[in-house]
Amino acid sequence: MASKLKETILNPIFKGNPITVLVLGICSSLAVTVQLKGALVMALSVIVVTGLSSLVCSLLRKTIPNRVRIIVQLVVVALMVILVDQILKAGEGTYAIDKQLSVYIGLIITNCIVMGRIEAFALGNKPIPSLLDGLANGAGYGLILIIVAFFRELLGSGTLFGLQVLPASYVPNNLVILPPFALILLGCIIWVHRALDKDLQED
Amino acid sequence: MEYISLFVKSIFVDNMIFAYFLGMCSYLAVSKNVKTANGLGLAVIFVLLCTLPLNWLLNTYVLQPGALKWLGPQFAEVDLSFLSFIVFIAVIAAFTQLVEMIVEKFLPSLYSSLGIYLPLIAVNCAILGGSLFMQQRDFTGIGESAVYALGSGIGWYLAIVALAAIREKMSYCNVPKPLKGIGITFITVGLMGMAFMIFMGIQL
Repeated sequence: MASKLKETILNPIFKGNPITVLVLGICSSLAVTVQLKGALVMALSVIVVTGLSSLVCSLLRKTIPNRVRIIVQLVVVALMVILVDQILKAGEGTYAIDKQLSVYIGLIITNCIVMGRIEAFALGNKPIPSLLDGLANGAGYGLILIIVAFFRELLGSGTLFGLQVLPASYVPNNLVILPPFALILLGCIIWVHRALDKDLQED
Repeated sequence: MEYISLFVKSIFVDNMIFAYFLGMCSYLAVSKNVKTANGLGLAVIFVLLCTLPLNWLLNTYVLQPGALKWLGPQFAEVDLSFLSFIVFIAVIAAFTQLVEMIVEKFLPSLYSSLGIYLPLIAVNCAILGGSLFMQQRDFTGIGESAVYALGSGIGWYLAIVALAAIREKMSYCNVPKPLKGIGITFITVGLMGMAFMIFMGIQL
C-alpha cells in the first residue's frame, strides 16, 4: 500500500510527467513562463485545482451519470478555478500577478491535465489516492514550468525573481522572452528527458 | 476598415497558437496528417464563430458590472462577472455537443477520424481563450466579436494545416532518436512561430 502511494506521487513528477511525456496542458504552461514569479503562482494554482477537483470528482464518482460526466467535471473544475482566481484577486501582493497572468488563470479550466486526471484516475479510485494523484500531477506540471521560467528569466532579463543575477554588462536576449523560444526550450527539455530515459523514446 | 484591421490582426499578429499558445494540446496531437487537421481546424472555426458572439451577448447583458440594468434600476449594482468562467464554459460545452451530433450524423468518416478530439474541443483552450480575450478587450459590438472569432479561428486553422503538412514531410527525415515525435514537433512549432513574428507591428 505504501509503495503504491509512493508510486502515485512520484510517477507523475518524473517518469509520467504530464507535460514532457503525456503532452498535456501545454497551452498555459508556455505563456506564463517569462518570469519565475508568475510561473510559481501559476504552478501553485494548478496544483490546488488539480488536487481539489480530483478529490471532489472522486467523492462524486458513484453519483455522476456517465453520459453527462464531462459537463459535471467542467463545472467542478470551473468552481475550483473561480475560487483560486478570487483568492488571487483579493491578496495584496498577488493582485498584480493575477493581472499579469491575465486569461491564463481562467484557462486552467481547459487545462487538459485537470480533465485528464479526473477521467483517467479520479473516476476509478478512492478520494485520498485521487487527491494525491492530482497534487502530484500538478507538481509535475509545476516543475517543468519552473525550469522553463528559470532559463527564460535568466537569459531574457538577467534576473531571477526580479533580482539582478547576471552582471550588468550582460545584454538581455530578447528572443528568449518571445513566445517561440518557450517552445524550443520545451523541445530541448523533452530531448534531455528522453535521452536519459530510453523507455520513453518513440520509434 | 476597422473590421479588416481586426481580422488581419487576429489571423497573423495575435495568432492563437504562435502568440498565445492556445489550443496547443489538440494542435500537437491531431497534426499528424493534413486531412484530420483540416477537419479539426474547420470544427474549431465553426465553434469559435458561434460561441464567441453568444458569450459576448451574455457578457454584455448578464455578466458585466451593471449589465442587468435592463431588468430595472434596482439591478444596476449587480456584478456577476465572477460567474463568467462557468457561464462561458457551459455555453461552449453545450455547443460542442451539438457540433458532435451534427458531424456524427452527416460526416461519419470525419467523425471516426477525429475520434476523441471532437468532444475535446470543449476543453480546447483556443475556444475559451477567445471568449476570455473578448471579455478582457471590451469589444464594442457583436460584429466586432464575430470578426475576431472568425479571424482567430482561421489563424488556428492555418497553423494546424501548416504543421500537419510539415510533419507529413518530416516522417521521411532522420531525426535524432530522443527528439523523435513530440520533441522535434515542439522545435518545429517554435521555428514556425519565429516566422510568424514578421507580422508583428503591422498596422492597417
